[in-house]
Amino acid sequence: MKISMFHLMPYRDLPDDFERRHHSVWVDPPYWELADSEKIGQYYNWTLDELIHAAKCGMDGICVNEHHQNAYGMMPSPDLMGSVLARATNGMNTAVVQMGATLPTTIPPIRVAEEYGMIDCISGGRLVAGMPLGTPMDVNLCYGISPAEHRERYYEAHDLILKAWSAKEVFAWNGKYFKLPMVNPWPRPIQQPRPPIWIPGSGSLSTWDFATKHDHCYCHLSFYGHRSGKQVLDGYWEFVAKRGLDPNPYRVGFLQLIAVSESDAQAERDYYKHIRYFYDKCLHVPNEYISSSGNQDYPSLVNSAKNINPEIGRMIGEMKNWKFGDFVDRGFVIAGSPATVRDRLMEAVKSLRVGNLMVLLHIGSMPHDLTIRNIELFSREVMPHFRTVWDGEWENRWWPKKLMDQSPATRIADANGEARASK
Amino acid sequence: MPQERTLDLWHGQIKPTVRIAGSGAPLVFLHSWFGPVWEPFLDLLARDFTVYAPSLPGTGPGDVDGIKALDDLWDLVLYHYELFDALGLKSPAVVGHSFGGMIAAEVAATDPTRVGKLGLLSPFGLWRDDTPIPLVSAMPPQEIVRRVFNSVDHPATRLMFPNRSDVDAVIRVTWAQNCSNKFIWPIPDKGLKKRIHRITAPTLVVWGKSDNLIPPVYAEEFKSRIGNARIELVNQASHMAPFERPQAVADILVKFLKG
Repeated sequence: MKISMFHLMPYRDLPDDFERRHHSVWVDPPYWELADSEKIGQYYNWTLDELIHAAKCGMDGICVNEHHQNAYGMMPSPDLMGSVLARATNGMNTAVVQMGATLPTTIPPIRVAEEYGMIDCISGGRLVAGMPLGTPMDVNLCYGISPAEHRERYYEAHDLILKAWSAKEVFAWNGKYFKLPMVNPWPRPIQQPRPPIWIPGSGSLSTWDFATKHDHCYCHLSFYGHRSGKQVLDGYWEFVAKRGLDPNPYRVGFLQLIAVSESDAQAERDYYKHIRYFYDKCLHVPNEYISSSGNQDYPSLVNSAKNINPEIGRMIGEMKNWKFGDFVDRGFVIAGSPATVRDRLMEAVKSLRVGNLMVLLHIGSMPHDLTIRNIELFSREVMPHFRTVWDGEWENRWWPKKLMDQSPATRIADANGEARASK
Repeated sequence: MPQERTLDLWHGQIKPTVRIAGSGAPLVFLHSWFGPVWEPFLDLLARDFTVYAPSLPGTGPGDVDGIKALDDLWDLVLYHYELFDALGLKSPAVVGHSFGGMIAAEVAATDPTRVGKLGLLSPFGLWRDDTPIPLVSAMPPQEIVRRVFNSVDHPATRLMFPNRSDVDAVIRVTWAQNCSNKFIWPIPDKGLKKRIHRITAPTLVVWGKSDNLIPPVYAEEFKSRIGNARIELVNQASHMAPFERPQAVADILVKFLKG
């Protein structure tokens, strides 16, 4: 299987009383009161260093994504980060997983075709092209796209990008939202007819339909862990079967928070406050922002109004009283000694049937040195045990071809030396 | 109770339900952002007029896909002439509330011959940088209630904010808001200021004095741009004035429309 390190690049130093004093971490948190641009410059550089270090430690892929006007994930342009990562990881067998440029906010969307083309060329064909729909906060509230047009714009952008990548002739695009008289992007990706495409989703039926129709990899990006994720992915596998598609585990991606220490007790001492920071502050978003604007089509609206999952709501309500053990027991975070993390992660991977795993190794307020340690412990003590999962059974058709036959060399010794030098 | 007629418009793609009541000269009522509701206010108007209250595209029962047939405001305006034709109305009085008021103004500005008299009840459509209109969809329900009702205990709040256990009502109201949002997101200024001078119909602009969604300063914005317009402010009423003070609003309108 393939394991990639995901980074959100949160603001790492919000005040202790942030969630009590402020309405939301997204859209309207007051910048001048809360943020320091000098610090953010440091965070960007740490984030890049952490992802590059993960690549050197043998991680299969490194992931960044796009969000706007928030302290939870501060990469409004993931392709700026991705281009640095592509350059810095040349010569390593690491995929550059852009999860990615949000299609409805990139206008016209051939900009995504162009920038992903650049990253694929810079990286020598190592791009995974994530195509997110975008959250209501990013797309509807920050970027002002009408919720009614949100999905339609996404579908049109997707079709336009795919055609732009592989068309042999200059073509005119007379879409509903985009009118382009002579489409002919330079450059095109090295990977033809296109790089592998991953579709992030949170369980919406419309996205399941879209991912299966186009045979893309569906990635459930949840922060509620593998136990809650199982309900969604069981539903997805059932959907896949109904569509007559094979149960290839690489069809699915999943994001899991992971925190490794020398022992279970040490993991609690190292990570609990950062886990709290992540759930208390980074996810502090009011309901009306998340579900406000009605970007659901009618069947999805009916489906979600009739099938509210009380379990998730109840857990979110109780979360403020949770101890470290509650986050671990409920699977929100897989944390502990290498042996504990190995066992729980193996159970999660098998039970979810996931081939393209993403691991969040930087959580909330984690400082740089602790993040480096988490990356190293995970790469050295956990990841090797997962290399051969699904081997010989299934082909990963959603991974850059040139990386398929090369398992990343373990460069841990080398990387340790560099990490010490950078401190 | 009004009678209901379902029409088949826009090349079979939009099937609005029109509630019709009363007798006398025709009056078309265009409903607010919260969807079609037969209000006591309309019964009062029906004493003097034949009231036609159509569901906006997408918001009527059995018409959820109707919203897909219209791309933008231009389509929506043209659709309304087709609606008037189907009802046999040449130049009716048109009264619009909130989002419906914006449509009424656009319809009257685009083809002034199709609107005999115009009633604008707290309409969207204009914008002042010194008094920005907040985005309703980004507010929690309790704040919306506080902004659009003078009294948060008014029974009509239940029509707009049904209990979560009433799933059908939740879906109906949410979908109606989504349909309205299609034409006013993210800022309800779609260029009416360039066209509004074309309105020739005698116009009454009615505003709740305590409207905390679109503040009453906008009443003057509308009046000053329309040739033949005046303003009536309603005490103890907010954005939902026709629900909160049905008799007062109906009296003002009837007097104007019959005058």
